[in-house]
Amino acid sequence: MRIASLAALIWASVAVAAQGFEVEERVFYPAENEQSVLSIISTADREAFEPILLAFQSENPGVSIDYTITGTTDVMQAIQDEGAVFDLAISSAMDLQTKLANDGFAQSYPGAPLGRLPDWASWRNQLFAFTQEPAVLVVSTADFPGGITPRTRDELIAVLRAQPGKFRGRVGTYDVRRSGFGYLMATQDSRNSEAFWRLMEVMGRLDAKLYCCSGDMIRDVASGKLALAYNVLGSYARSQKDLIEGFEIIELEDYVNVMLRTALIPASAENPADARRFIDFLIGMGGRPELVSQSGLPAIDTTSFDNNTALRPIRFGPGLLVFLDQLRRSSFLKSWESALLQE
Amino acid sequence: MKLRGSIRRRLFFQLAGVAALLSVAFFLVLREVAEGAAEGTQDEILAASATAIADSLRSESGGVTLDLPYSALSMLGTVSQDRVFYRVTVAGETLTGYDDLPQPARAPQSARAPQPGAPVFDTLNFRGDDVRIVSISRRVGSQASQAQVVVTVAQTRQGLAAISRRITSTATSIGVGFFLLATALSLLAAGSALAPIDRMTGAVTRRGPQDLRPVTAETPAELVPLVEALNSFMGRLRASLSRTEDFIAEAAHRVRTPLATVRAQAEVVHRKLSKPEHKRAIREMIRAIDESSRSAGQMLDHAMVTFRADSLATEELGLGNLLTETCDRLGPTADLKDITIRRLIPEEPIRFNGDGILLQAALMNILDNAIKYSPEDSEITVALVAGEDLCFSVTDEGRGFGDMGLERLTTRYERGQNVGDIVGSGLGLTIADDVARVHGGRLSISENTKGQGACVSLHLPR
Ligand SMILES: Nc1ncnc2c1ncn2[C@@H]1O[C@H](COP(=O)(O)OP(=O)(O)OP(=O)(O)O)[C@@H](O)[C@H]1O
Ligand SMILES: [Mg+2]
Repeated sequence: MRIASLAALIWASVAVAAQGFEVEERVFYPAENEQSVLSIISTADREAFEPILLAFQSENPGVSIDYTITGTTDVMQAIQDEGAVFDLAISSAMDLQTKLANDGFAQSYPGAPLGRLPDWASWRNQLFAFTQEPAVLVVSTADFPGGITPRTRDELIAVLRAQPGKFRGRVGTYDVRRSGFGYLMATQDSRNSEAFWRLMEVMGRLDAKLYCCSGDMIRDVASGKLALAYNVLGSYARSQKDLIEGFEIIELEDYVNVMLRTALIPASAENPADARRFIDFLIGMGGRPELVSQSGLPAIDTTSFDNNTALRPIRFGPGLLVFLDQLRRSSFLKSWESALLQE
Repeated sequence: MKLRGSIRRRLFFQLAGVAALLSVAFFLVLREVAEGAAEGTQDEILAASATAIADSLRSESGGVTLDLPYSALSMLGTVSQDRVFYRVTVAGETLTGYDDLPQPARAPQSARAPQPGAPVFDTLNFRGDDVRIVSISRRVGSQASQAQVVVTVAQTRQGLAAISRRITSTATSIGVGFFLLATALSLLAAGSALAPIDRMTGAVTRRGPQDLRPVTAETPAELVPLVEALNSFMGRLRASLSRTEDFIAEAAHRVRTPLATVRAQAEVVHRKLSKPEHKRAIREMIRAIDESSRSAGQMLDHAMVTFRADSLATEELGLGNLLTETCDRLGPTADLKDITIRRLIPEEPIRFNGDGILLQAALMNILDNAIKYSPEDSEITVALVAGEDLCFSVTDEGRGFGDMGLERLTTRYERGQNVGDIVGSGLGLTIADDVARVHGGRLSISENTKGQGACVSLHLPR
């Protein structure tokens, strides 16, 4: 298996001509005895996804995998606007994936082995969720010693208001204008609780730092540059926990938005048979704890929802199209900016 | 009797046909109503969604703007996983949404033209799928800058198709179940409607052959004319039969008695006459009288046999006794010719169900022949053997049949060439043969195997 990965051909940051969407990395995993090629466009990093790809390949030895890594809007752009041909699109942007399926860019896979998965983990037999990734609060151990941390958004607001001096310039969250994940979480927050807008106001008054990515926020919290960061991608934070010291992960108790990473087969797929096999493989990840730990991508686990009722999976459906509406987006961003950017 | 269909089958098929018709009608109505309801539900949700969007329209700094309400689209995802499209136009220009989404054509101005602002529905094809579309138009803005805004929401109909499939399969199974149940019930109904006929048939078939009483079983109104006709027919039959019976008995009496008187008178005259030619004439007259008397008796016996054979009344008989009685009756006639009748009749009783009078007549005729065609001072063996079948046999030492056609002897009025001057009518063996046949047996005629003479036997089944 590792040998195959050594043989992998890598084009890093190669923007292929005639393609408008930006390719971060493209990796080719040739099969020893190639029968078919499965081309995947994905937003998941190579480190996270390589174990999964290799495990799939060892079960399906005739399949070479052409793995293209790009951003969430690029996946959308590639498939919807540029007609790029991929057999599978994997993305963490549930709203964009939903829009692709709604607008007819996905093909159905009716007999998927959904077995133990809950109803909300698939939509129209076109979108298949295979991970559950909560948005969490990350705090620095130095600023919250002894494990005394806020448990709800209201408590968080109270803590921030109580010590403005301590937190000024030391709170962080996503810049929702730049990050799809941040925008999805913020819009879901705005639906779930009035406390969200108050929190944004408070963070705005504390001169919050805005980030593009979870990694930077975690690094700044761990180093003590930030006291806390709100709406960090929990799965990523957990995978960094072993590598970096100095931060705690908190799942707030009023509610936790859970993002689902999804796969869909584009309508223009040339090799849907292998794509379906790959979806079967992804859906079955719950039964392979070793892959979950290697990739750091937590598989869907119904028991976790029974144990923690605050966990709220974001629901697929036309509701996700609402915040993609141009007018709605601009009015949301206006409110967000007026709350957070109080010059 | 010509068989012309079965009432039961006709009744059953007509009832089943009606049931099938009702099932199909039921299926169609059920599906129509249920699908109508499902479509109505989709329309209502679509209208609610469009209304929610229209309600959140507002005018801002001279233009129209909109905060698409979350619930407006999410409510469409609650029932089915159908695709959803929307579009908002201001004065024909797309404000937001899918700008290729068609707006349903306004219904032509008719008596029931929708009121302005009421939702307009249509079913169209959009992006390769059938979609249900609703449009609501509103005027937005202040008096001066009013704009016509049209909100259009569309949803594919796969959920509806799935519901429709479910409804169809439910309606089908209910319809089929209804049909099967109705068919089973109509089978029962046909059976119970015809039960009185079966009951009456049973009552009539169970009757004995002599029973010609009117049918009194409970009769449904529809069968009363038939039963009345049958009863009146049986009444006539009963009358005619009793007339025949009376006639036979009467005729025997009325013919034989005067003949006996005439014969007695002739013999008196014969004795008184002295001239041989006169005596011969009287003897010939006596012989003719004997022949007439014999003929009349045999003909009436034959008529009696034919009459009784038509409706055979059987009872349990002891065949040994029957034979003994026959021998006893003809004993005097045999004694006149010094003929000994050897009786080989088993001690143990041999039982047989048959008509005693007929069997008696048959045996009398066979034994009578044996006595008649035997010389004086001879022996006749009468035997009854219960072997494979029950067999009466009468063997004599008389003239035998010679080389006559034996099979012809059982036809009516047929006598052999061997009769000489013996009086007879040629009906005796006919009677015996008829009796054997109606009892399921047969008559066999052969030469005596142990020397001179004839052997006639009557076989009856066990
Ligand atoms: N035991 C017998 N021996 C010889 N011939 C017989 C014997 N029995 C019957 N036959 C012949 O068979 C013929 C038919 O017999 P059947 O009893 O029918 O008539 P029948 O004796 O002539 O007249 P009847 O009606 O008065 O008895 C007889 O005419 C006779 O020729
Ligand atoms: Mg005779």
